[in-house]
Amino acid sequence: MAKELKLMKGNEAIARAMIASGTDGYFGYPITPQSEVMETLMAEKPWETTGMVVLQAESELASINMVYGGAATGKKVATSSSSPGISLMCEGLTYLAGAEIPCVVMNAMRGGPGLGTIQPAQSDYFQSTKGGGHGDYQLYVMAPASVQEMYDFVFDAWDIAFKYRNPVLILTDGAIGQCMEKCYTRDYVPRWTDEERKEKAPWGTWGKPANRERNIITSLELESSRQEVFNQKLQKKYAQMKEEDVRYEMLNCEDADYVFVAYGTSSRICMKSMQIAREKGLKVGLLRPITLYPFPTKQVAELAKRVKGMLCVEMSAGQMVEDVKLASNCQIPIEHYGRFGGIIPTPEEVLEAMEQKIIK
Amino acid sequence: MTEEIIIAGFGGQGVLSMGKILAYSGVMEDKEVLWMPSYGPEQRGGTANVTVIVSDERISSPIISKFDTAIVLNQQSLDKFESSVKPGGLLIYDPNGITHEPTRKDINIYKIPATEKAQEMGISKVFNMVVLGGFLKLKPIVGSEFIHKGLEKSLPERHHNLIPQNEQAIELGKGLIEPVQVL
Repeated sequence: MAKELKLMKGNEAIARAMIASGTDGYFGYPITPQSEVMETLMAEKPWETTGMVVLQAESELASINMVYGGAATGKKVATSSSSPGISLMCEGLTYLAGAEIPCVVMNAMRGGPGLGTIQPAQSDYFQSTKGGGHGDYQLYVMAPASVQEMYDFVFDAWDIAFKYRNPVLILTDGAIGQCMEKCYTRDYVPRWTDEERKEKAPWGTWGKPANRERNIITSLELESSRQEVFNQKLQKKYAQMKEEDVRYEMLNCEDADYVFVAYGTSSRICMKSMQIAREKGLKVGLLRPITLYPFPTKQVAELAKRVKGMLCVEMSAGQMVEDVKLASNCQIPIEHYGRFGGIIPTPEEVLEAMEQKIIK
Repeated sequence: MTEEIIIAGFGGQGVLSMGKILAYSGVMEDKEVLWMPSYGPEQRGGTANVTVIVSDERISSPIISKFDTAIVLNQQSLDKFESSVKPGGLLIYDPNGITHEPTRKDINIYKIPATEKAQEMGISKVFNMVVLGGFLKLKPIVGSEFIHKGLEKSLPERHHNLIPQNEQAIELGKGLIEPVQVL
C-alpha cells in the first residue's frame, strides 16, 4: 500500500501502522476500548501480503509471552491491550526488559481500578513509567495525542525499541483510540529478511553460526555481582534515553504566565482551554510531554524559571503531577486537576481549575 | 472556520454514518476533521451520538460541551443537547415523535420532517442524508463535490450504486428544512 490520506480510528491507525512498518507478528487478546486493533489486523489479513502473523492468544498472559518468544529471535513483535490486560502483562514486560528484548506494546487506558469502566482514563501513568512489573526497569513510553501520531509512533517505536533493545509502550486511551481523524499513511517498510534480522539483531536466537558462541536470552542471573553490573548497564541505557530521546511539544509557551502540563487526550482538552484563555486575555501555554519516560524534565525545569504557575491536567487522581513537581523543584505553584473513572473533563472546567487553583 | 457539531438520535437512525460522511467530505476538501462517537454502555442503551468537528485549523479537544450546531433526531437527544448549543448557534430537529418543542430563545432553530418525508417516499434508509442535506443548506461547510467524494470514501464499493440515491436525499433535505426561530 502506498501513501494515502484516510479517515480512520486511532485503533485502526495502530493496526495499519503495524502492517506498514514491517511488523513480523502481533499476538493479542480482545478488550474494549482497543479491540479494533486486532479486528483491523484480521480484516486486513497481512499474512497474505507482508507475511505478518496475527494470532488471537488465549489470554493476555499468553499474548505477552508469545511476544517474548517471538521477539527473542530478533523479529518485530507487538501486542496491544487495555488497562486490566496490561496489568496481566506486567510480569512479561519486566522479563522482556530484563532480557533486553525490543517489542511494541499499546495500552488504551480505561478507568480503573480493577475491571473498572470501559471509558477513557489516564490512571496507568505510574504503572507505565514507574514499573508495573518488579525490578529496576523502564519502558520507553510514548503518548500520542492524535490519530496521526498513533500511526506515526508505531514506526518511531520500532526504531527506539531496536536502538535500545527495550520494550516500547504506546500509552493512549479510549478517546484517541475510538475517534476518527485524518491520517496520512506511509509507504510500506518491507519486513526484514533473515539476513537483515541477523544484522540488526545479532543478539537474537536465530540459530548458532560456527563463528560465535550461542546467544542466550534470559533475565536470570543468580550471581549478584553480575546482576549488579547488568543493572548498571540498564541504567546507562535509561540515561541515554533521557539524553537523546526525550520528546515534547510546547504551544504558546514563549510569553506564557501560566502553563498547562498534559499528555494525550488531556493535552487536546487543554489546547482548547488555552484557546479560550487567550481569548480572555490570559497568557496561558501548554507543555505536552510526548515521551512520559524519559520525561521532559529539563523543559519543565526551564519553564518553571519563567512562568508563575503550572496546572497538571490528567484523567487520574494525580500521577504525572509528581514528576512535574520534581522537575520544577516546586519553585512555583504546581497543582493537579483531574477527573477519573472514565469521566473526561471539559475544556471549560479545566480552565476554571486553572483560574481557581493557579491564577487566583 | 471551525464548526463543532453534535448529531444525536436512536441507534439505527444512521447518526454515526451521517457524521462519518460529513467528516470524510471534510477530509476530501483538505480540512481538519474529528469524529468522536459515544461508545460503551450509553450506546447500548439505544441512543447514539457523535461529535463532528470540521475546521481549517488543527483541532483541539475531541471532547466538547458547547456546540455550534446540534442535530437531534429524537426527544431524548433534544432534551439532552438543547442546552449545549452555543448562544447564537443552530438547533436542527426532526419533529417526528417530538412532544416538547425546544424552548431556547437565544439560538436559531430549524426543523426538518425527514422521517415522515422519507417514509412517504419509501427512502427511509437514506433518512439520515435528508437530515444532512438540511444542515448543509444552512451551513455549507463542505462543497457538494466533496460530499460526493465523501460518500465514495465512506461507503463500501459494493454500495456505490446507492450514491445517487444518497445525493438525491441530500437535495431533498435542502428543500425540506424550515425555520422555527431565526435570530
